[in-house]
Amino acid sequence: MGHGEYQKHEAKIFTPSFIVLLVLTLIGFFLVALRFIKGIGAVSNMSDGYPWGIWITYDVATGTAIACGGYAMAILVYIRNRMHYHPMIRSAILTSMFGYGLAGFSVMVDVGRPWNAYNFFIPSQWQANSAMFEVALCVMAYTTVLAIEFLPAILTTLENTKWEKAQAIIAWLNPRIAPDKEALQQKLDFVKAGAAWLKPRLDKVLIFIIVLGITLPTMHQSSLGSLLLIASTKLHPLWHTGFLPLLFLINCMYIGYSIAILESVISCYAFKRPFETKELSGLAKIIPWLTGIWLSVVVGDLAWRGQLTKALSFDFYSRFFLLEFCLIAAGSFLLFSSKRRESIRWLFVSAALIVVGGALYRFNVYLIGFNPGKGWRYFPALAELMITVGIVAFEILGYQVIVKILPVLPRLHTRQQLDATKEAAQKA
Amino acid sequence: MKKTSRRQFLKVAAAGAAILTTGKASASEMHQKVNNNTLSMLYDATKCVGCKACMAACKRVNGDYGSLSYERASFDPDGLWDAPQDLTGSTRTLIKLFKESERDWSYVKYSCMHCQKPSCVSVCPVAAMTRDPQTGIVDYNKNTCIGCRYCQVACAFNIPKFQWDRALPQIVKCDLCKNTNLRQKGITACAEVCPAGAISFGKRGDLLEEAQKRLRENPGKYLNHIYGEKEVGGANHLYLSSMQFNKLGLPVLKDEAPAEFSEKIQHTIYKGFIAPVALYGTLCWIAVKNMRKHGPEETDHHKDTDKQGGA
Repeated sequence: MGHGEYQKHEAKIFTPSFIVLLVLTLIGFFLVALRFIKGIGAVSNMSDGYPWGIWITYDVATGTAIACGGYAMAILVYIRNRMHYHPMIRSAILTSMFGYGLAGFSVMVDVGRPWNAYNFFIPSQWQANSAMFEVALCVMAYTTVLAIEFLPAILTTLENTKWEKAQAIIAWLNPRIAPDKEALQQKLDFVKAGAAWLKPRLDKVLIFIIVLGITLPTMHQSSLGSLLLIASTKLHPLWHTGFLPLLFLINCMYIGYSIAILESVISCYAFKRPFETKELSGLAKIIPWLTGIWLSVVVGDLAWRGQLTKALSFDFYSRFFLLEFCLIAAGSFLLFSSKRRESIRWLFVSAALIVVGGALYRFNVYLIGFNPGKGWRYFPALAELMITVGIVAFEILGYQVIVKILPVLPRLHTRQQLDATKEAAQKA
Repeated sequence: MKKTSRRQFLKVAAAGAAILTTGKASASEMHQKVNNNTLSMLYDATKCVGCKACMAACKRVNGDYGSLSYERASFDPDGLWDAPQDLTGSTRTLIKLFKESERDWSYVKYSCMHCQKPSCVSVCPVAAMTRDPQTGIVDYNKNTCIGCRYCQVACAFNIPKFQWDRALPQIVKCDLCKNTNLRQKGITACAEVCPAGAISFGKRGDLLEEAQKRLRENPGKYLNHIYGEKEVGGANHLYLSSMQFNKLGLPVLKDEAPAEFSEKIQHTIYKGFIAPVALYGTLCWIAVKNMRKHGPEETDHHKDTDKQGGA
């Protein structure tokens, strides 16, 4: 793992988008406070019929799939041995870390009695029959693993930083309240030495942690599908199938690759960096294979269970099913052409179609296809939505700030060099 | 690229085959034993007079222990009546009237069905929902519950209710007066106070016999069906009625417990934790092998990427 292949993005932190995102985040967190004071009913439209609303459906079930970029990239780099994608992995891991960390945070907002969550660590309370138990432990473990995977970026910075900002602040402070400079410098040196000591040791074992970071999502992403296996009377037969775990697993993989493409395009556009077309078209080549398998499992399973006529009946459920199906199929179809895979515009469009379609699949399973019986209705309340918006805003905000203070994005001159050498090799 | 795509395909196909076989296995072994010695209730809708004495008694007896409270109607600012419209976070049992016409109507009582293979117990991640194998009581422990509401998603009868309006909420459902009336008097409060004999309390086997006797001796009076006898693998709360059960808000359900299906799949994937460990081991082997190949170049900051491009 060469740390030299990443660089900080040198730009101002306090931009207009920073302010907008900060305001949205603060509104969201204010509503979270309200939820803890007045109860979940005060901010949400959830009911005893629809006990899981937009928080579980989007922030947890869909948000973690969208955060699977790190998972998908790790499979590609370390298992399928495509080391030239390695420069893309750190930003993918950063977004995964935010996605999973904030999914965990939303769960703590969503559950009614979060102070009892310590029971997950008490073996006598373990309940291995519960898919939720598996998801909870796995997600907690994976969030930790992601943090460790990201640690090298922090250690490198700690080791090399000169603490200029901190020094400036100390110099600016009134001498009476400013800390003793000598002692502080000693402590900073100690942190530096610690980071320098830890980094090579971490590098040695990191591969085992990375592989753990591939195993855990494989487990809990499929279990996110298993969660709805029990709702056999409530989930519409278009979606209730024994294949739910498999479908959720493949779903998170193609969402993962697609989101890696989207993230790269958007951040290159926003940060005015050259597009990583070559890498992206390579990623895009994998996606139609995954979606192809997924779509055939869906159709084959529907045929096997005799539900194909229901899928084509054009009622409420059928329309959402067809929408999900067509979005994914259309996105994959676009990616079959190698010409379109070379175009950033088409890459963006098809990846967006697949992410939206794949996310809609998860919405269909958790909310739209879920019918607890007569008389129950659910549409998220404004406050409920704003909490989700606040959490997403915080995610983007954090990403924006962190790429500007830590070496996360691929190093530019290295990449250009690589492209040059590659072309030379091809010519030769 | 072609080669690796095929590898990817094979990998996913293998996973698919594994799950396919589990699906088949779960369909074949669907029998489970029913315990007829568990505590049980039989509600006879044709005997019920709708006096709601059971509702009042339940709230009086379980109010403090079960965190129940009175629910006001909009027309009653003084709070003279307890007027729940449905089972809620304040109400464990409820009488409803279903009127099809002036001639055809029926009362129905809602409360926990105390399933023999309860979904809520199967899904609870921290074992806050438990089923006593002797008494068959499905009980809730607020001291371990994290409030994830998976029990609500899982329950086919929509029985567990959540206290949406409280800062410190809990799940509310009938526990057969386990810590209150049953402990003191050996009978549930609702069955004790029923003046019309609509609620019988006893062992499941005895109540099933009693229900069958009523069906035999009153031809034409009842629907020939004991609701709860076989639904979702059998429940301890049994119903007799003259009206279609689904018209009374009791859903039409299969005889197999939904938990059998989901547990079978979950158990097959995670049997002995072998699959995850094997997966981790295999992936480690592949990854370490890959890393070894690139070992020396690692320090050179990947100047060699072009070589791996076509690998």
